[in-house]
Formats: sequence, structure tokens, C-alpha cells
Amino acid sequence: MVRDVTLGQFYPGNSFIHRLDPRSKILLLIGYLVIIFCTFNYLSLSLVTIFTLFYILISGVSPKIYLKSLKVIIVIVLITSVLNLFYGTGEPIWQWGIISITMNGINRAVFVTIRIVCLILASSCLTFTTSPTDLTDAIESLLKPIAKIHFPVHEVAMMMTLALRFVPTLLEETDKIMQAQKARGADMDSGNIVTRVKAFIPILIPLFVSAFRRAYDVATAMECRCYHGGAGRTRMKVLHMTKRDAAAFAVVALMISGVIVCNMMFPAVM
Amino acid sequence: MEFISAQNVCFSYSEIEDGKKAVNAVDGVSLDIKKGEFVALLGHNGCGKSTMAKHFNAMLVPDSGKVYVDGDDTSDEDKTYDIRRKVGLVQQNPDNQLVASIVEEDVAFGPENLGVPPQEIRLRVDEALKAVDMYEYRKNAPFKLSGGQKQRIAIAGVLAMQTECIVLDEPTAMLDPNGRNEVMSTLIKLNKKKNMTVVLITHYMDEAVLADRVVVMDNGRILTQGKPEEVFSQVELLKKHRLDVPQATELAYKLRGCGVKIDRLPLTTEDCVSMLEEVLG
Amino acid sequence: MSKILELRDLSYVYGMKTPFEKKAVDKVTLSIEKGEFIGIIGHTGSGKSTLVQMLNGLIRPTGGQVLLDGTDIWEKPKEIRKIRFRVGMVFQYPEYQLFDETVYKDISFGPKNMGKSGDELDFAVRKAAEFAGLKDELLNKSPFDLSGGEKRRAAIAGVIAMDPEVLILDEPTAGLDPMGRELLLSQIMQYHRERKNTVLLVSHSMEDIARVADRIIVMNNSKLEMFETTKKVFSHGRELEKIGLRVPQITRIMSILKDKGYDVDDGSLNVGDALMQITALLKKEGKIW
Repeated sequence: MVRDVTLGQFYPGNSFIHRLDPRSKILLLIGYLVIIFCTFNYLSLSLVTIFTLFYILISGVSPKIYLKSLKVIIVIVLITSVLNLFYGTGEPIWQWGIISITMNGINRAVFVTIRIVCLILASSCLTFTTSPTDLTDAIESLLKPIAKIHFPVHEVAMMMTLALRFVPTLLEETDKIMQAQKARGADMDSGNIVTRVKAFIPILIPLFVSAFRRAYDVATAMECRCYHGGAGRTRMKVLHMTKRDAAAFAVVALMISGVIVCNMMFPAVM
Repeated sequence: MEFISAQNVCFSYSEIEDGKKAVNAVDGVSLDIKKGEFVALLGHNGCGKSTMAKHFNAMLVPDSGKVYVDGDDTSDEDKTYDIRRKVGLVQQNPDNQLVASIVEEDVAFGPENLGVPPQEIRLRVDEALKAVDMYEYRKNAPFKLSGGQKQRIAIAGVLAMQTECIVLDEPTAMLDPNGRNEVMSTLIKLNKKKNMTVVLITHYMDEAVLADRVVVMDNGRILTQGKPEEVFSQVELLKKHRLDVPQATELAYKLRGCGVKIDRLPLTTEDCVSMLEEVLG
Repeated sequence: MSKILELRDLSYVYGMKTPFEKKAVDKVTLSIEKGEFIGIIGHTGSGKSTLVQMLNGLIRPTGGQVLLDGTDIWEKPKEIRKIRFRVGMVFQYPEYQLFDETVYKDISFGPKNMGKSGDELDFAVRKAAEFAGLKDELLNKSPFDLSGGEKRRAAIAGVIAMDPEVLILDEPTAGLDPMGRELLLSQIMQYHRERKNTVLLVSHSMEDIARVADRIIVMNNSKLEMFETTKKVFSHGRELEKIGLRVPQITRIMSILKDKGYDVDDGSLNVGDALMQITALLKKEGKIW
């Protein structure tokens, strides 16, 4: 049923990572993502892998949930790694007709797989440990500098906030409309693709109408509460960087230097 | 001392429909609301009561006539946010009032817009949530709450702006009886304990009975006004305009029609019972 | 008289076999006669919405049966749509389901899904519009141009047009003003009188229920609390209050009088009824003539 879908996979908790400033988390994630793609030999790759396991363990979210987040992309990972396996250059170590596998191909497959998996795990860690509102606030705060070049930072953040607020409401509404049309004999489960798409018209139109009506209402409500854009606006929750954030930055900086050292000490395989 | 003063307000939504000139939604309404008063605006859909409500916080400005809030003219654009801070408006649909996905952040929205310093917002939010008995829900997501709870949060959102007056446009129309009771008792508490001025727009006469003064609107004009017992004793007038009267009042009115001597028409169940006891002896 | 609906140990559990398992409807057994007007009351979360959605197969029970005219509605799960045509369901705020270009087309959505066409379809649509009190000239308008009350009636017509044997209305008067409520309620009563089919009305308004219902189903905590004639249910004022329901003001007044020893009926449902009893008492004592 539609109403079972919950948006944002935030798992409330009190771990070290949960308590980091969301801005730190975003910046650290970006640094980490860059470094994943700068691993050129197996030593630096294993360093990153170990670090990945480390933050998963201290994030206070069950590893099972991380595995679930991988399930969704398993197919993409498999396809890319298999493609990489066969597109290597150099001496083939195994050949069958036009299909050949080279050492380079194997290396590429391993690196691509681990990099994608780490990328997904790290992004999941961010969304698992940070509430959507905190994320929005952090993005707004980080993007503030580009507001100077007239990028509508506040407006974009406000839109995200409203979207987060209304997605569950609209999902519930979709469910209600579907039930109502089913009660009038709407058949959404049979027929060819054209009839199925057509069957959604009686659901989509009321949904759009209602979304517009809501938008109008919400705009009025916001105006009544003195909303007049981002200028002169304060926030109740002020984001604070603490010692904890400094520690996190230090740990990631160490890992990054470790990766660079490994890259320099040993020959690159990629 | 008049807190809100509407003087001969006329307003029409300018669209011209079917070639006919649009009729005035509000047609010459004069109404004064005192500080600390609890006023109910009663009437059918389309009688102009909602249009009137939007005049009280400068969401609409009269075509002719004037509205003053605490001495400020609502048509003065420099005063708009001042007026909206003083007069909060809560509307009908509980789902469409709340803008943030966490209760306390929603309540903070108003003061944030006003540029209140963060520590002070925190204090105001906590106080406002306590005033509507929703403090323990401060970390919840609004969409999981009941309609009555959502409306109470909307009221808290208004309180956090430190308003002096709350205007509510049919706040209970989409609620179940429990939700209606929650909202009504919150309003009465705010009015009695915090001397909050309350303007309640409703079509439920059992809610209007609880006000200090009832103003009945019809066709963009004020039909009658006064204390609840004065207004509801005009049974014939109300019936003619197809408005409800409390069953207690109707019974007494009909008994009077049968020749029973009744001085004062009752509004509540208790009044009616003691009136009947007196009559029956 | 014959039974049109029969519920046997009807149950529904949300989130079966998950940590969030919650009983919504718990072993409800009752039967409804053809042509009855049934009121359904209970506070929010008492299970009444889930109950009515099981009656037309929108929700499949997790236990027990719904018999429509003697046959289990889930006997052939593939043909459950046919059941929905026979048991019409009007949801709360039904105007939010309007979607087509014209009112006429919107009303014809249901009967068309049944396979009706041509004159038969036209007749069904016009008859339904008439029952709902929609004037002919409204039929060619866009449903989004109607007034609130008209939208509501157009949506109800969309269900009536399927000519169901049982019509279920969930809070049809919610959010309407007294005039709109009055109009819609009398339209529903007239429909019931003329079509002579079974109507189930879910409502929070005890005054509305008192006016229309022959019998009342009281739901509490997902269980069937009472199923009695309207008069009898409302004479249990105290029990109703205990489960968070109230009785109409007039009923309450009369039952207090009865408690004080006056010879009146504690199941009085409307002002006229109460007036007659009071004047009868007064006449007996010679206070009026």
C-alpha cells in the first residue's frame, strides 16, 4: 500500500555520527567520495574499505540496513563490473572466441565494484544518520556563499522543506483517491499498457487539482505567518561545529593522507 | 478599547463572472472588536465571513471603507507585517497550515520570519507548545498527528509570534467531535487565561454559544449581533435564514408558542432542564 | 424481509505478522435487512472506516466473512469489482475524486466501468443526477466550476449512478454548512424512500443519525459495542458517553428529566418528539389547554 512508504530513510539515534553537524557530514562525504576515486592500488583501496567498515560500525545503524540499501543497486554493480571485466587492455589471460579477460580487466572490475559499493554505503550513512530537515538546513548553509551571485539558495531550501513536509500527505491522498476510484469500478490491474496508463487519469487529475489547492492554502498560511523570503530571517536551530566535528575532520584527513601515501609508495595498478 | 475596527467595509473578488458584475462578498460591514473579547462570526458558506476574516490581518484590503488593527490602517503597506504579527490567522484545512516536517520547527516558522534571535525563538516555541498542550509532541512529524492536534499546532504557530489576537476561519470544520472539543477548549483557555482576543468564524452554533458575542452574517452584511442568548432567542430570524439554533432553545421557543410562559430562552442543556423543571413544577 | 448483508466474525488486522500488528476490526457479527437505513457511529479509530471498506471488498478481511445476499463476496476474488458495483461506497470528501471534463462524464465513470452504454448509460446518469438534486444545466459544466455543495452532490451521484443495492456513505455532510447539510440529508432520505435500497451512513453528527437511521451500529475499540434501534441506542446515553460519544442535546435533556422522576421517554430523538411529551405532561396537570 502506498501509505507504507516513508520518505527519507532516517534512523534516529545518538551515535558519534548522528551528533556530527550535518554540514560536516556533507563536506566529509564529498572528501571521501573524491578519495574513493583516487585509490590507485590495492593498499589504498583496502585502506578505504577498512575505513568504510569502521564508520558503518560506529554509525549506530544496523549493518543489515546498509545491506538493504545495496540490494537496490546490486544489478547495476554487477553489470558495470562484468563490462569492465571484459573491456580490459593488455595480454589476455583467458580467451574464448572474441571474449577475453585480462589482468587489467580484473583489476578494473574489482576497483569499480568496491568504489560503487563504498559510494552507496557512504551516502546511505549520511541519509541514515541525518534527518531530512537537518540536511536541508545544512545545504542551505553551505550554499550561502553562492547566494551572492543571485542563486536563490533560500528559495531552493524552502522548496525542499515544503516538499519533505508534503510528500507523505500527498502519498496518503493518492491512496485515498485510488480507493475511491476503485469503489467506482476503476480497474488498474489489467489490460495493456495503454489502458493501464489511461486508468491512472482518474487518479492523477484529482491529485493535481488537490496539490494546487494545497499550494494555494499553504502560501496563504505562510503569508499569514509573516513569511517574506529569506531576507531578515533567523533560524531557531543554529548549526554548531564542535570538537566532535574537528575530530571527524582529523580522522578523514588522516585517511586521505594515508591513501595518498599508499598511492605514492606502491605502483598503481589502475 | 477597540483592538480591531472595521468601518463600512466593502469588498468584491474582482473577477467578473458570466458577464455579470461581481457582487460584493462583503457589503458594508462595520464591526469593532475589543481587546480580550471572544467573538464568533456565524453564517452560511458564502455569507462573507471568511472574506471578513482575511481583512483582519491585511490578507485582503477593503475596496472601500477602512480596517484598523491596534490603530494601524491595514491598507498601509508599511504596517502589513506589524499587523500580521499582532493578528494571527488559522484556516480550515489542518493539513495545509503546517510547513515544516517537525512540529517544533513549524511553530518556529513565524518568529523566524520576524527575525527573532534563536534563543528567544526556542523559549517562545516551548511556551506556545505548552499553551496548547502539545509540548510532548514537539519532535513528531505533523502528518502522523490527528486533525485536532494539527490545528492546535497551527494555533501554537500563531502564539509564537506573540500575537494579541487569533482569527480562526472554520478551524473545526474538518475535525471529528474530539478534535473539535480540543480546539474549542484550547481557545477558551487562551481567551480566559491569557486574555487573547479570539475571532472564531464558524457555522456550528454550538461553538458560537461559547463566545462573548455572536455576529451573524448573511449576504455580506451583518444580520444581527449580541450576546449568544440575545442572538439565539431570535429563533424566527435565524430559521428564516436557515441557520441552526440549539435544540434546547428551539424546544423552549416552541413551548412558548404553545402558551407556556417562559421569560428567558435557554442555550445549554442545564439551563433547559432547570427551565423545564420550573415549568413542570 | 430478507438479509442483504451478513457479517460473520469479520476481522481485520493491520500489518499482520509485523511488530506493528494492530487489530482494526475484531470479530464483528451482525446482519442487515434489505431496505434498512443503518447509522454507524464510533469515535475516530474505532474501526468503523475499516469495517465499511470491507463491505464492498476494498479491504480483504483477515478473518471472517461478508455475505452479500447470501454469498461470500470473496468467493471469486477475481470478480470483486462486481461486488463494488453492488455495494456503492461514498468516501469522506468525495468531491476530491472528481476528474472528468464535465459533470455528466464524471457521473458516467462508474456505470461505464460496469459496461453500460447508450440509452441505458444516459438514463443511469440522469436518474442519479436527479436523485442528487443536480440541475440539468450543471451536467455540462466542468465539475471544478461547481460550488462546494454541488461538487459533493455530483460525486455522490457518481456512486448512485451504479445503482447499487447497498449504498454506504462515510460522513457525507462533513464540512458543509447547516443549509448544505440539511439539503444533502433530505436528498439521501428521499433516495432511500424511492429506491427502497439499503443505506449505511457513517457520521459523527448524532443529530443527523437520530433523524435518519432505523438502527445504529456502535463501534468501539474495533469491536461491535451495540446494534439496536436508534431509540434504544440513544437511551443508553451514559454508556455512549463512556466510549467518547454523545447523544443529541434534546435526548440528553429528556433523559435528565427522566432521571429526576418525570414521566418522559429517555430515547427522544428530536425537538418535536420532546415537545409532544412535555405538552402532554402540562395538559395532564392542567397548565395548558
